Amino acid sequence: MSKKTNTAPLLNMRNVHIKGLSDEKWVDIINGVGLDLNRGEVLGLIGESGAGKSTLGLAAMGFCRDGCKITDGAIEFDGLDLLNQNRQQMRQLRGRRIAYVAQSAAASFNPAHRLIDQFCEAPLKHAVMGRAEAENYATSLYERMNLPDPDEFGLRYPHEVSGGQLQRAMTAMALSCRPDLIIFDEPTTALDVTTQIEVLAAIRDIVKQFNTAAIYISHDLAVVAQMADTIKVLLKGDEVEQATTVKMLKSPVEDYTKSLWAVRKYARAEQQPVASLQPVIEISNVTAGYSPRQDILENVSFVIHKRRTVAVVGESGSGKSTTARVITGLLKPRIGTVRFNGTPLPAGYQDRNRDQLRHVQMIYQMADTALNPKLRIRDLIARPAAMYLGLSGKALNERVRDLLRMIEMEPDQYIDRLPSELSGGQKQRIGIARAIAAEPGFIICDEVTSALDQLVAEGILKLLDRLQSELDLSYMFITHDLATVRAIADEVVVMKDGLVVEHGPKSEMFVPPHHPYTELLLGSVPEMDPKWLDRLLESRGVDNIGDAAIARMK
Amino acid sequence: MSLFSVMIWLPVAVISCLAAGWLFQQALILSVNETTAKFLRTAPLTASFGLLTIILYITFAVFAPLIAPYQQYEILAGAFEPWAYPYLLGTDNLGRDVLSRLVYGARNTVGIAFLITALAFVVGTVLGIYSALRGGLVDQLFGRFIDVLMAIPTLIFSLLMLTIFGTSVLSLVLVIATIDSTRVFRIARAVALNIVVLDYIEAAKLRGESTTYLIVREILPNAMAPLAAEFGLRFCFVFLTISSLSFLGLGLQPPLADWGSMVRDNAELISFGDVTPLIPAGCIAVLTIAVNFVVDWLLHRASGLKD
Repeated sequence: MSKKTNTAPLLNMRNVHIKGLSDEKWVDIINGVGLDLNRGEVLGLIGESGAGKSTLGLAAMGFCRDGCKITDGAIEFDGLDLLNQNRQQMRQLRGRRIAYVAQSAAASFNPAHRLIDQFCEAPLKHAVMGRAEAENYATSLYERMNLPDPDEFGLRYPHEVSGGQLQRAMTAMALSCRPDLIIFDEPTTALDVTTQIEVLAAIRDIVKQFNTAAIYISHDLAVVAQMADTIKVLLKGDEVEQATTVKMLKSPVEDYTKSLWAVRKYARAEQQPVASLQPVIEISNVTAGYSPRQDILENVSFVIHKRRTVAVVGESGSGKSTTARVITGLLKPRIGTVRFNGTPLPAGYQDRNRDQLRHVQMIYQMADTALNPKLRIRDLIARPAAMYLGLSGKALNERVRDLLRMIEMEPDQYIDRLPSELSGGQKQRIGIARAIAAEPGFIICDEVTSALDQLVAEGILKLLDRLQSELDLSYMFITHDLATVRAIADEVVVMKDGLVVEHGPKSEMFVPPHHPYTELLLGSVPEMDPKWLDRLLESRGVDNIGDAAIARMK
Repeated sequence: MSLFSVMIWLPVAVISCLAAGWLFQQALILSVNETTAKFLRTAPLTASFGLLTIILYITFAVFAPLIAPYQQYEILAGAFEPWAYPYLLGTDNLGRDVLSRLVYGARNTVGIAFLITALAFVVGTVLGIYSALRGGLVDQLFGRFIDVLMAIPTLIFSLLMLTIFGTSVLSLVLVIATIDSTRVFRIARAVALNIVVLDYIEAAKLRGESTTYLIVREILPNAMAPLAAEFGLRFCFVFLTISSLSFLGLGLQPPLADWGSMVRDNAELISFGDVTPLIPAGCIAVLTIAVNFVVDWLLHRASGLKD
């Protein structure tokens, strides 16, 4: 391929309109958005879920999901009109000149084939290179992406490597035909913060080296700030504004953009410690595991006081959720006890009485699966109120309406809806209402905001905060997002491999000296400063981030 | 019938069936409320034809004494009378009115098939969901016992059981329901296994809900779509099983009219070029196809496919 020296942009989309079929009606998904992208340039697409980021990203490949159609506009890639190519021509382009990196590498790889075979598929099919050449190229890319043991790495199956490694392998695969344009669709959203960095570093390095153009789609501003030269903000299929990254971060023009920026600054005042009182929940020396031979938790102890929020932080697999399962009684600890207001709770939930069950409530990460899709809002909230408090008839109805008002949802409008007729944030609010309907003393919030957009998540955090002071609740807040911790926690418990590595008030937690793991976690949270990743890589070195850094700690 | 007339009549029959289905659908949409109408509008013509047929069969079954000109057991004339007034479809080997027996047959065969399917579903679904919910030893015990029952070929097993317990309607119902509930158990358990791991089941357990509540309110409504579709298919199988048992002489006993035994009783007419024995067989075929049309539509909806 000869490099063209003309000044026309590589990708040029003008006034693109896309409609989607929903409930037998065509609704607008994208209403006239355009973009220009030059070689070696990275464009960040930002917006809430449903803003049309992914749809626009796929349209840049001339592709539409099932049930969507491009109704108007023009998409030009290197002088080719993508909307008027036949299938044969499109196949020549896709994979070879335009590549796509999906959000979940785990779901996008074929689990039945080795990584190297999947890597070689595209170059062989497009006859870009032969098998041996493709394998060599794969090895060199794996090496450049800091994957362990690059010569052997490709021989593994997708399930044999970690999530972060798989995402890098997928980026390598996208590069297999040396494309001119790569579309990254939330490539790090499903990863832990520490793993996220290694993927970000790899992607950025590659894009620079190959002078590839890229569209980087994400809902996380700080991540996009590291990756993109230009940022475009989308809202419900409309372009809100576009500017260079530096300018966008310093002085956003539109109100919507400003509100997105402001979310990260939400923080409530720290509650005063009430250490003299009896703790609401006391976890002492808990050791537990799913099989008798292997313990997941080892000697975990911490207390949660009245009206306090304790955030439990750690990577996936660190034992956060297992701790929650021990407290609720879903998992019986091998050693140790959980006390509520000083009295030990029976180990299994089956042995707990109604009052004990009532006082420990849970709010789940995925509101979709936490609410029975066939029950109406009225029944979902009424059930705990009827069971625990013996309400019925008119009193119960009144109570449900009160609860809906408490979570800021208009009773008349929502009481007879099904969960599927609510937005993600509203479903999460119903989950909260169900928990407080039991009038508990203690609520476990398991990653309650991680599936939500930032603005919606902020609303949920504010609601939880308000309910805490109104109802004297204690929260155990499980999260991997340190921004959330900063916003809502009073105390922080840092967990790693089933151990509590650090425990203390929030104010101390964010000031050094830290446990090295806490340090790594804190250091891995992307900041809004576009230079953050550069500085981090400079100070730590490419070989001391993510998995590598964790491995070194052992 | 020559090939030519078949070529003309077949498309005419198909088109008129679909037209009847369309008319029925339009009439139904006009007569029900908005949400049901919206649901009905998604039905393809085949499904509305299926619905129409099922409703016709049910009407015949319910109002059999009013519709049938004679009793099912009445011997009215000589054997094998031709198609002529007053015996519109002629008489059978004993001189009973074929039309009347056909109408009563709808009541006997369809009614009993429905009863068996319903019983098999209640037993199979409850045990299947319970098994999935409890897991562990209970699940293993139920599962292996069902495996043993399923390992024996259905027809041979039911023949054996009916020979042991006699051929009364009650034992027929119980035997076939038991055998069929094993299939329902498998499906109900498989569907429920995917549901019991969801957070709302965990939430309900932590709330201290009873097993009955979990099965009836939390799991069953969410397992309804695949189970309903399976109900339609099972119904067809049961129906065919009864008919084939009757044909073998172990199903519904004379003088009760039954489509399966009606085929057997009049089978010799075939050699004389008379189509009378094919009519009950046709009734079985049409109902089976109609039920499957409706099931296809429900399955399609349940799977959430959008063409």
